[in-house]
Amino acid sequence: MRRLTILAAAVVGAVAFTLVLGWWQVDGPGADTARGARPLALSNMDFALTDHEGNDVGPQSLLGQPSLVFFGFTYCPDVCPTTLADISGWLDELGADAGRLNTVFITVDPERDTVAAMAEYVGYFHEAIRGWAGPLLEIERAVAGFRASFEKVPTSDGYTINHTASVFLFDAEGRFVTTIDYHEPREFAVPKIRRAMGADGEGAT
Amino acid sequence: MKSMFQIIVMATLTAMAGLASAGPEDIVVGDPWSRASIGTSRPGVAYMTIRNTGDSAMTLTGLRTEVAAMPQVHRTATDDSGVSSMAPAGDIEIAPAGTVALEPGSLHAMLMKLNRPLIEAESYSLILIFGDGSEVAVTVPVLGVGARGPEE
Repeated sequence: MRRLTILAAAVVGAVAFTLVLGWWQVDGPGADTARGARPLALSNMDFALTDHEGNDVGPQSLLGQPSLVFFGFTYCPDVCPTTLADISGWLDELGADAGRLNTVFITVDPERDTVAAMAEYVGYFHEAIRGWAGPLLEIERAVAGFRASFEKVPTSDGYTINHTASVFLFDAEGRFVTTIDYHEPREFAVPKIRRAMGADGEGAT
Repeated sequence: MKSMFQIIVMATLTAMAGLASAGPEDIVVGDPWSRASIGTSRPGVAYMTIRNTGDSAMTLTGLRTEVAAMPQVHRTATDDSGVSSMAPAGDIEIAPAGTVALEPGSLHAMLMKLNRPLIEAESYSLILIFGDGSEVAVTVPVLGVGARGPEE
């Protein structure tokens, strides 16, 4: 009887292990974030960060309005200011409509990009751009949800961070719509944003 | 009317000048610009086009400037999955009649260890160092942090 109990426990343990392993590889932190993987809906993401004004924010804060989200870091001299400047230009083009789009820059450099650093940095770009920072673990959870990636790389100057430079677009319900890739011609960007904004049936406020 | 002798002398001198001048006078820099820095802890960046009007290749091997202790040409690359990475670009050969562009998202002069902030509307001197030891000084105007191109 006792041996049977042990056997049953072992079987249950093995099944549980397999299930956890499967979850880890498919949906969990071990999920493959390689190319082609579609970002989760914002409503299925789970991370907690702080915006540049000190408010608690997460994927749920973005629901109700279409969203434009991208990753970067303020010590990045080339791609990130270029992306922020491009996005500022797109928001200028959207005019008043920019107000009904969440535009969020999430740092992948929790070590250097404090809330204060993010506040100063986003201040140089379009006023609608929000900067989100937080602990590494939460940033990793965010990056995993977007099926994006980042990697710290040492340099002669300290370190840099390789990261997904695409801009992600979600509709007002938080469903992933499309990305704007870094080298995409600029004239495609604003129509894509308008598409994400219209995907909720124009009724979102 | 020029004599044949004069023409030959001129042609020879021109040819010699051409050979001797696989050097800095063949380098034409266009549209230099830089973004203002936020303080000195973050690296600065400079962009420009470098044209080689000479008839032999020139190799850009380094940079020097008073504003940064460690200026270096870097290259940003973005792979198929949209991941951007950045690394020192090494020596850059500029073919005869060729142009190399330092531009956003590609090659750029990365100014590490800034000695002073790059302030909008000011300018600074950036020296391009070539493989033959020659140097070309470029005056780089500083535009805003959010600047997108050489003049706006």
